[in-house]
Amino acid sequence: MTEDPRATGGPDALQPSAEVSIAAGGHSVSAMSRVGRSLLAAARMETFLIVLLAFVVWWGVKLSPYFLTWSNFGFSIQAVIEISIMSLAMTPIIITGEIDLSVESMVGLSSCVLGWLWASGVPLEVCIPIVLAVGVLGGLFNGFFVVRWGLPSLVVTLATYALFRGLGHVVLGSTVVTDFPASFTNFGFGYVPGTNVPWTLFVFLFLAVVTVAIVHGTWIGRQVFAVGKNKEAARYSGVRVGALKMALFAVSGLVAALAGILLTSRTSAATPDAGLNFTLAVVTIVVLGGVDINGGKGTVPGVILAVLILGTLKSALTEAGISTDYQNVAIGLLLIISVVTPQLARLVRELVDRTRLGRRRPAHDPAPGEVVR
Amino acid sequence: MALSAPANVRAPSRVGTLIGRAARSREVTLAAVVVVLSMFVWFEAPNFLSSTNLISVTALTAIIVIAAVGEALVIITKNIDLSVESTMGLVAFVVAEMLKGQNIPLPAAWALGIGLGLALGMANGVVITIFRVPSIVATLGTLSIYRGLTYWVANGQEITTSDLPNGYTDPASQTIFGVPLFVILAIAVVIVAALILRYTVFGRQVYAVGSNAEAAATIGVGARSTVFLVFALAGMLAGVAGVLWGIEFGQLYASSASGESLAVIAAVVVGGVSISGGSGTVVGAAIGALFLGLINNALTVLNLPQEWLQVIYGAVILLAVVTDALVQMRTQRAKARSRMR
Repeated sequence: MTEDPRATGGPDALQPSAEVSIAAGGHSVSAMSRVGRSLLAAARMETFLIVLLAFVVWWGVKLSPYFLTWSNFGFSIQAVIEISIMSLAMTPIIITGEIDLSVESMVGLSSCVLGWLWASGVPLEVCIPIVLAVGVLGGLFNGFFVVRWGLPSLVVTLATYALFRGLGHVVLGSTVVTDFPASFTNFGFGYVPGTNVPWTLFVFLFLAVVTVAIVHGTWIGRQVFAVGKNKEAARYSGVRVGALKMALFAVSGLVAALAGILLTSRTSAATPDAGLNFTLAVVTIVVLGGVDINGGKGTVPGVILAVLILGTLKSALTEAGISTDYQNVAIGLLLIISVVTPQLARLVRELVDRTRLGRRRPAHDPAPGEVVR
Repeated sequence: MALSAPANVRAPSRVGTLIGRAARSREVTLAAVVVVLSMFVWFEAPNFLSSTNLISVTALTAIIVIAAVGEALVIITKNIDLSVESTMGLVAFVVAEMLKGQNIPLPAAWALGIGLGLALGMANGVVITIFRVPSIVATLGTLSIYRGLTYWVANGQEITTSDLPNGYTDPASQTIFGVPLFVILAIAVVIVAALILRYTVFGRQVYAVGSNAEAAATIGVGARSTVFLVFALAGMLAGVAGVLWGIEFGQLYASSASGESLAVIAAVVVGGVSISGGSGTVVGAAIGALFLGLINNALTVLNLPQEWLQVIYGAVILLAVVTDALVQMRTQRAKARSRMR
């Protein structure tokens, strides 16, 4: 990690190294250094996250001796299981340069559909596939407007954010369905018999492994990054950008519906308000995990680390007697700090360079993201 | 980049006039829809035009209009401010808290509230322009931070009208020549903002930064200072909206104004301001807010189920952006055709 002297320069290393590669005149040199640089950037982000996680765990252990136990770990993940799996589905969407704000409303809608079907006597084995299908349909609906009409996903999913939540209210009215069978609710907050491992942890682990494998090990993942870096170039290289985005939105809807089922199971209540404010937490996790909100950069392991940070942080804050209202502040601060810190380092370095060594850098030092575009 | 810039100079002006024409038609068509819908609602429910209903529907709409003007400025520069609801909530609560605890005159409390809004907007601006954090991430963070500050100030309490000085909520029902005070204020804000956007250097810079930040930089328009100013202004207007929110409701919770960011951004988008930046007007945003407020009220006076409100909001946003896309496709096709000739 340290062989390359430029690597220690942080995001700023872009500037000098770009000059070096131009001076060298070799295309391969610049390509090599670019790959190396992005790997280093990813490694640095994950190092930062691991340090952060260690700090949170240390704080938690100080608060309670039982903090670092498997049962507490399982409990911490269980408490954030819905946003955890939604973050996994959101990651490739943000890497392609899109966003899905509607996920929290899909959680509400799926909870309502589940409650309504169950209340009208449909057996759960039939309800659950229907609810998942609703999720896929909702995702395809988003994808249709983004792909077919070329509309910004920010606006489309803002619209469906209202639309899906509204449909939930229409389906269920103001009633709350609670008479779910124990076999169903046990899954949400039950444990594997004889262990401290909650069932939902398996759901997260399974989806995490699948997401890592697909995003970092298959052609689908390579296409996701290609589209995020340069949509036109990806299209000319034969990537079916529209189909890819359609699929990603469908998966996002599917996972949000699954999250709705899990939440309904965990709280044993189907309500139109299910999942309120989840989108904030999901986007926070993905950005905290080092995914560039403008697309093209990020790793799933980073997002998984961010999930663990959020889970343990919430658990520690609860341990410290801090209510959920304030916990949201901590999450918001974490988000801002995680994106401001690297920039603060850049500002300080710029200042030092200017005062001590004179103007060594070009006057218009573009931000790292601007170089790519 | 510097070489290609002169070639680009002509293009934005031609596109600008086309977009301007489309935007103007959006304001006219949307205003027509508002009029037709009002007449329909009036026909179905004559009490729609009763003065009590009109004052209640226009007060909330005026608040959203004022916040939407700030949001429109932000969105024209190709940014977004998700924190507007938390700014409104925090300002409303802090103003009430000041009046509850200390014996300070009402106008001073209101001015402090607007100043607080300005400060919160400037904080957004600092994070976005100095630390170069994308505005969607920055304001997503401050959305929860500002709300958290409100919980901290509230400390589990709520503020009711009886805690507040006499006459605190009076301006909400005051009228001048039969026009509610809030409406006059909103119209004034819209007119001033529209004039600034149209006739000042700053106004041109807002559009320039939103349509092409790099080109704007080459002709000497600093994107960062413009964006900072725009966020400061949006915060200030959210502060005004927050002060009015407190006056309108008189009863304040730590969660006051939750969910209003959606209403504000929806109003701006429905009003024809493009989320991709560089086009749209504050008049459009104001009519968008009026339209959504009218739908909200129509459901009430026509005794339609309130559950449909959000469904309709979502459908209206989609309809608006699809219309925009259609108009844009047509103008592009027309441009291609004229180039062939």
